[in-house]
Amino acid sequence: MEKHIAINGDSAVALAWKQIDPDVCAAYPITPQTIIVEKFAEYVANGEVSTEFVCVESEHSALTLCTTASSAGARTFTATASQGLAYMWEMMPIAASMRVPLIMAVANRAVSGPIDIHNDHGDVMAARDCGWISLFAENVQEAYDLSIIAPRISEHHDVQLPALMNLDGFILTHATERITPLDDSIVKKFVGEFKPLYPLLDVKRPISHNLMDGPMFYFPHKYQMVLAMNNAFRVTKDVFSEFGKISGRKYNIVEEYKCDDAECIAVVLGSSFGTMKEAIDQLRKEGKKVGVAMPRLYRPWPIEELAKLMKGKKAVIVMDKHLSVGSYGPMFPEVVAAALETGSMPKMYNYIYGLGGADTMVSDFVSVFKDIEAGKAKRINFLGVKE
Amino acid sequence: MSSLALKDLSKIPDRLASGHRLCAGCPESIIARQIMMGTEKDIVVSCATGCFEVSTTIFPYTSWKTPYIHTAFGNGAATCAGVETAYQALKRKGKIKEDVKFVTFAGDGGTYDIGIQALSGAAERGHHMLYVCFNNEAYMNTGIQRSSATGKGASTTTSWAGEVMPGKKEFPKDMTMIMAAHGIPYVAQTAPHAWRDMVQKAQKAFNIDGPSFINAITPCPRGWRFTPDKTIDISRLAVETCVWPLFEVENGTNYNLSGESQRIADGKMEKKPITEWINSQGRFSHLKGEKWASVVESMQAEVDRKWTALIKLCNL
Repeated sequence: MEKHIAINGDSAVALAWKQIDPDVCAAYPITPQTIIVEKFAEYVANGEVSTEFVCVESEHSALTLCTTASSAGARTFTATASQGLAYMWEMMPIAASMRVPLIMAVANRAVSGPIDIHNDHGDVMAARDCGWISLFAENVQEAYDLSIIAPRISEHHDVQLPALMNLDGFILTHATERITPLDDSIVKKFVGEFKPLYPLLDVKRPISHNLMDGPMFYFPHKYQMVLAMNNAFRVTKDVFSEFGKISGRKYNIVEEYKCDDAECIAVVLGSSFGTMKEAIDQLRKEGKKVGVAMPRLYRPWPIEELAKLMKGKKAVIVMDKHLSVGSYGPMFPEVVAAALETGSMPKMYNYIYGLGGADTMVSDFVSVFKDIEAGKAKRINFLGVKE
Repeated sequence: MSSLALKDLSKIPDRLASGHRLCAGCPESIIARQIMMGTEKDIVVSCATGCFEVSTTIFPYTSWKTPYIHTAFGNGAATCAGVETAYQALKRKGKIKEDVKFVTFAGDGGTYDIGIQALSGAAERGHHMLYVCFNNEAYMNTGIQRSSATGKGASTTTSWAGEVMPGKKEFPKDMTMIMAAHGIPYVAQTAPHAWRDMVQKAQKAFNIDGPSFINAITPCPRGWRFTPDKTIDISRLAVETCVWPLFEVENGTNYNLSGESQRIADGKMEKKPITEWINSQGRFSHLKGEKWASVVESMQAEVDRKWTALIKLCNL
């Protein structure tokens, strides 16, 4: 019989990692991620995991330790948010270019300043170009599931890239929801044994890790990462399909809700997908042909799937929970670029919303579709801010 | 300390190949070899960004015959700590059989300045690793900029000797004492001319249970402005003038002098004046006249003050 539990998002991530039982975890506290490492430290204290748990003196060292532990041949994970991710930034592209399999949960939180502990996607968007795979969870169940799925993608020898597992700060990290965890043995079997390529600790076959590149080699090395990211699509589809078989839960590269016959669709990331589904249901009752989609994978960016989704649509609304001040939201140009592949460009709108945790209700999302229908929307719109 | 025979040291495999790209007269490879002679066990080397890193690992070549890893500049200690943590986990699980030693090499910029946080953290956590600072008293890899290890009066490309400035105005930070204050099992200062001292200290460091720190004065011909044949002489002069005493600190409290420093303290050898140190290097050439006489006086006074304090600690 399936077992249901009530658990918050952070604890669900910690539970998944307890079941995986990694070799190394190095972490530093930061709201709203802290529950993950607190909970994991409890598992360590009670002997429920065999992990070397290192309480480092900073996030910079957290990501450094995790990167080199993985290089050394250990399965490794960590978690952070906001300023922590910002402090790690120097190590983000280094970890990716060293091609270390490594999972980091990001409890998405606004980046200072002003300082604000609440949710938006400013942290992960600032790290988007670093060469990490990036996955988004809509709810607590997904945060748990993706924590188990992520190592399989990251560690695959055709990929070998670190991965971020994003869950919205407070909205998911601190919200208690009902989830259905898998049995320990099923998780362990699914994740399998870590099989590192060229581990540093293979002392009988000495290898130098992370040498200095000149202009002759830097670009070709970066291109190898492009190929690895491309492979991540196939690997992710395979892993999603395999996970479906053990859990009955189906995941897609791009998740869709009532998009098939929709004329106008929204594209969102994270927990807003759930709120938006409710808005779609209300609008559908009024006879509006609307839908919503969420790129489950933000990196690699699913151009093909998004183009297929947008083909023939009249309008696409890109909901960005971050703002590149002086330009669009970060996802808007990427959705527009993907729409180029459709042959005929839908009307494209960008809504910036929810910055710093500004509450965004179902009624706010309903108003977005109504504004567009009424011709009141501009190219860039700031939802709920008096302009 | 135990006796060391060159014949025995020659049997220890050389983990650093010749043909690296360090400058003529640079002692970093000398120091690294002396340090690694401190153990016959397998060694994993990590480097902070700096001269040594760029000179030994220009892709597609590597000078390293032993596992080597580098990530960034300010995290040399954390880079090593991650590998050591993986080792503890994998060894406990029986996935690694060998006994492995860990050593980090970093410059003074990567140790005294940008790397102090990661180093302090690693020391407090007790990782089983030796951290070696190549102290050449400035950011040499980027072109001789002052660091907090740069001596007072030294002209660098960010602390020029000019009409109104005598070079660097401040005395250096005492990193060896800062590390000793962590109470870690082993901390030492050494110098490349004193090869026996260096190898013995490395042996001690590799054999203790926990973190260790060795600060090695690293005379830099380019940055200090002397000819490449003088490196070893200048190293010796640093000790003979008491600018760089040879000593060790066990568990943060047990201080011992060694080599020339012990002989000077015992009255068996003369302590040379700071002017000999100043006259040996072009970076101090502006201090030779009357104009900056007070700077030279203050440098001597500081050396004397610190030397007296060190002797007191060693006599406790």
